[in-house]
Amino acid sequence: MNDTSTLKPGHIQGETGIWEMVIGLEIHAQISSKSKLFSGASASFGSEANRNVSLVDAAMPGMLPVINEFCVEQAVKTGLALNAKINNVSVFDRKNYFYADLPQGYQISQFTKPIVGEGEIIVDLDDGEQKTIGIERLHLEQDAGKSLHDQHPTKSYIDLNRTGVALMEIVSKPDIRSPQEAGAYVKKIRSILRYIGACDGNMEEGSLRADCNVSVRKSGEEFGTRCEIKNLNSIRFIIQAIQSEAERQVDILEEGGTIDQETRLFDTSTGETRSMRSKEDAHDYRYFPDPDLLPLKFTESWVQDIKEKLPELPDSLKKRLVKDFGITSYDASILVEEKDYVDFYQQAANGRDGKLTANWMITELFGALKKDNLSFSESPITSENLGELISLISNGTISGKIAKEVFSNMMKSKKSPSEIVKEKGLEQVSDDSEILKLIDQVISDNQEKVNEYLSGKDKLFGFFVGQVMKLSQGKANPGVVNKLLKEKLK
Amino acid sequence: MPNKDKIVDVPTVNKIARLCRLDIPEANKENLTNDLNNILGFVAQLDEVNTSNVEPLASVTGHKLPLRSDFVNDGNIEDLVLKNAPENSSGFFVVPKVIE
Repeated sequence: MNDTSTLKPGHIQGETGIWEMVIGLEIHAQISSKSKLFSGASASFGSEANRNVSLVDAAMPGMLPVINEFCVEQAVKTGLALNAKINNVSVFDRKNYFYADLPQGYQISQFTKPIVGEGEIIVDLDDGEQKTIGIERLHLEQDAGKSLHDQHPTKSYIDLNRTGVALMEIVSKPDIRSPQEAGAYVKKIRSILRYIGACDGNMEEGSLRADCNVSVRKSGEEFGTRCEIKNLNSIRFIIQAIQSEAERQVDILEEGGTIDQETRLFDTSTGETRSMRSKEDAHDYRYFPDPDLLPLKFTESWVQDIKEKLPELPDSLKKRLVKDFGITSYDASILVEEKDYVDFYQQAANGRDGKLTANWMITELFGALKKDNLSFSESPITSENLGELISLISNGTISGKIAKEVFSNMMKSKKSPSEIVKEKGLEQVSDDSEILKLIDQVISDNQEKVNEYLSGKDKLFGFFVGQVMKLSQGKANPGVVNKLLKEKLK
Repeated sequence: MPNKDKIVDVPTVNKIARLCRLDIPEANKENLTNDLNNILGFVAQLDEVNTSNVEPLASVTGHKLPLRSDFVNDGNIEDLVLKNAPENSSGFFVVPKVIE
């Protein structure tokens, strides 16, 4: 193998040259509705087995599906947020296959006429670059039930609570060229879905999962044969699975083999993909329009109403943060990743130093939360308290160094910073006469070093500043210390 | 015009039967193939009509797709849902092991 350190992400160095990945994603996003797509049973997670099942979901004869208006609205809202074409007429089809957790024997989905057509989003990459990724379509469909295979040696246990829960399948164009871009794409979709409230984006609970279509080719060549990796439920797994699958394909092709178009599973314990050994007919779904459901039609003015109610989306919010608070585009892109971050930031930075607030939030707060294994919503520090801390730094009450001490105290005690500063007497000392006392003390304690300094060893200046700061227990205003020391040591 | 006489053959019948999980006795397959060809041939007469400018007809009644509001008014009927299951345990349907 050649040195791979200079390879671009998404490139694989093979024996015959550099290979490029071509990736397309299908994201399944569970709609945040109370009830299911075609029945009035609850769509909530974690209930007793088969509690949230109606006779419609159980596919009893004679039951008819009736569509949930809220779910239709969320699909349209998402389509608008993805800058996509909204299809005012769409059709539901039956996708036929047999599986124990699919009592109907078919999934109601949309095949030829989805509710949302082509669109595009801009994703932010780690190097600060942006890339536009095309959206092929978005359609509404039912989720399947859950099979438990580990309860019994020869039996599977079936829970239909998830059966019929509304999903949006968002299909990208094959515009993605690296695992990292795929990760950034999923992040962006998740962020948009959360902003508009169409899906909670919770990947652990399975509200958001992705199928990845991966193929490889030499740059400029036609697309290769692709494999589909099913049901990935974390961004880390998506990145790992794509990388390992692409490497597997390169190995096969370079040995003169061909890629079988197939569905594969990602084994999280080995970090590799394996074939699902599906039967040859697995993809013969015999779609046809569902005779139980008429075409879904809505008016342009209904779409316009939804459009007017859309909240501000991450891209526009990012621009506004840069403009209003003077922060870098990179910091802004981190802050707009989650609606909660932006709300917190805007409260904390309101009327204060925006850059300083962004630094404290991104570096200190995010860092501390990660260290303590806390989620953002569990933060012991409120936006009011972080804002107050910024004010104390900006108006010179405490130094940046003391601020860090106050901050870690805030993480533990949940107290307000001014309370902590008062209790511990941490106010910054800026008073000339008090600082001069400290300087005199340091000079008399270090007469030898003073002589060295005066005979030209300039570098020692930092040592004196350090000593004064130490003597003040970090409370002396470093600016004043610098100024007075310079005068004193002339 | 498609060939009206032989739209499906025995291998096609076998494939459809497998997809539908139907067990069709060997002796019936020839007849079934003929039946299917007759039905499909009958329907294929529609191909003689030019429909390129005709919208697909979804309903003759002119009804619109009814929509429901998003609230929970169903479920909590595990007993009823599981009633016809050949086997169940602690609220689950129990079926022969199916694993990918």
